[in-house]
Amino acid sequence: MDMIEGHRQIVPPAGVPSWDVDPFTPEVLSDPAPYFADLRARGELVFLPRYSVLAVGRYQTTHDVFSDHENFASSRGVGLSDFKLDSPWRKPSIILEVDPPEHTRTRKVMSRALSPKVVRDFSDLFRETAKRLVDEALEKGTIEAVTEFAEAYPTTVFPAAVGMRDTNPRFLVDYGAMVFNAVGPDNEIRRNSMSRQSEIVPWITDACARDRLTEDGLGARIYAEADAGEITHAEAAMLVRSFLSAGVDTTVTGIGSALWCLSRNPGEWEKLKEDPKLVRPAFDEVLRYTSPVHTFFRTAGRDTEIAGFPVEEGSKILCALGAANLDPEKWDEPDVFRVDRRPKGHLAFGAGIHGCVGQNVARGELAAVLQALIEKVHRIEPAGEAEWRPNNSIHALDKLPLRLIAK
Amino acid sequence: MQKITFVNPDGSRTSVDAKAGETVMSVAVANGIDGIVAECGGSMMCATCHCYVDDAWSGQTGDRQDGEDDMLECAASEVRETSRLSCQIKVTEALDGLVVHLPDEQE
Repeated sequence: MDMIEGHRQIVPPAGVPSWDVDPFTPEVLSDPAPYFADLRARGELVFLPRYSVLAVGRYQTTHDVFSDHENFASSRGVGLSDFKLDSPWRKPSIILEVDPPEHTRTRKVMSRALSPKVVRDFSDLFRETAKRLVDEALEKGTIEAVTEFAEAYPTTVFPAAVGMRDTNPRFLVDYGAMVFNAVGPDNEIRRNSMSRQSEIVPWITDACARDRLTEDGLGARIYAEADAGEITHAEAAMLVRSFLSAGVDTTVTGIGSALWCLSRNPGEWEKLKEDPKLVRPAFDEVLRYTSPVHTFFRTAGRDTEIAGFPVEEGSKILCALGAANLDPEKWDEPDVFRVDRRPKGHLAFGAGIHGCVGQNVARGELAAVLQALIEKVHRIEPAGEAEWRPNNSIHALDKLPLRLIAK
Repeated sequence: MQKITFVNPDGSRTSVDAKAGETVMSVAVANGIDGIVAECGGSMMCATCHCYVDDAWSGQTGDRQDGEDDMLECAASEVRETSRLSCQIKVTEALDGLVVHLPDEQE
């Protein structure tokens, strides 16, 4: 069997266009829109010989493949590596990298722990922290918004919500980056990120233990489910790890991207200030427009088909969520950022049974941040060039100098 | 093609076409039914696609899915025996003519 990047090489189905592109170069990852457009233009299904994978980027097909858990497995890894043939870099997640019926049990526990009602309990924490950070930013006038705001906010509120006794903001952000870089090929970006594995992973593992958590946080809720017999205590530790994998880097990215969108579209910022009811829909538009998670994979669990083409078992499917979120067949003027678009059906949180289980926390955090901004800030202006930080599956800013002017 | 009727709290009705395999939520969103917000897009992570299945149909839409009760507890309007998350009701040929009532509030 010929392997490539941890999965079996495939023979592309007849009639599927082949495209010699590497979607994981720093150039593409920093400015992916032209690659997304090209991918959509080439067809419903495209073969990428460089990694021997099939790729989808048109909205409907991407949505259908990504949410079809019966034909397209998550248990074989959501990156290039096929866990059936290759050993994963860490013990697979018991919620992300698993299929029903196993998934149903852990998903239920996580959904309950992260329901809208639970998240409402944290609204004071979210609001007060947002106000404090906005005040600090206004005092400084000019800030480097990635470190001083986008990273500072989730690394303050999230460990508090989870109930972590240990704090290390840098490790939390960098562990997230590692998890998401691992989705991609063994390139320099992934190797650089992974080089800190031995330093960070033991800290993360320890931080998930019950005695490292308070008794009133989200972590404690997961352990209480273990006490009730819904899951084992070892599984509880694994689910707390999922909080730390997916709950920090993603919201850091969401906040940075929201500030980027609003500073680059002053008319939309004015609309948001005038109508605070747009705070939640505006965040969805930020997500659609910037796709913090730009790419995840699925694996054909059996011989199946995509858009009428036969797809053999074991084929890796690159799902370009960022391309689907900018598809002009689905969205009117997709390249325009509109706070009142209400982009129902965007794929930034995925779709179907694996749709982001932490989205209520993300929405709660972002609503608090945007609310604090519109209450206190008159204008948000660029104070220099924004730079993006290439990551194999996250589209995030590296630098965002901003000037905030008080009301 | 199946017909689904959405009844607003004020009693006004909107009937739309649906295809087997779609969910009642996705049909509502595709047809711009205001009373269905569907913030999470169908991943059963919110309760903003809450609806009441009409008494005449409640025996035919099946039982609540695993985990649906937990999420319904977060609904903004009163939860009744006929309450469902419309993202968890799959349209089938047998549901041609289905009537669902929309709650006062979703958020």
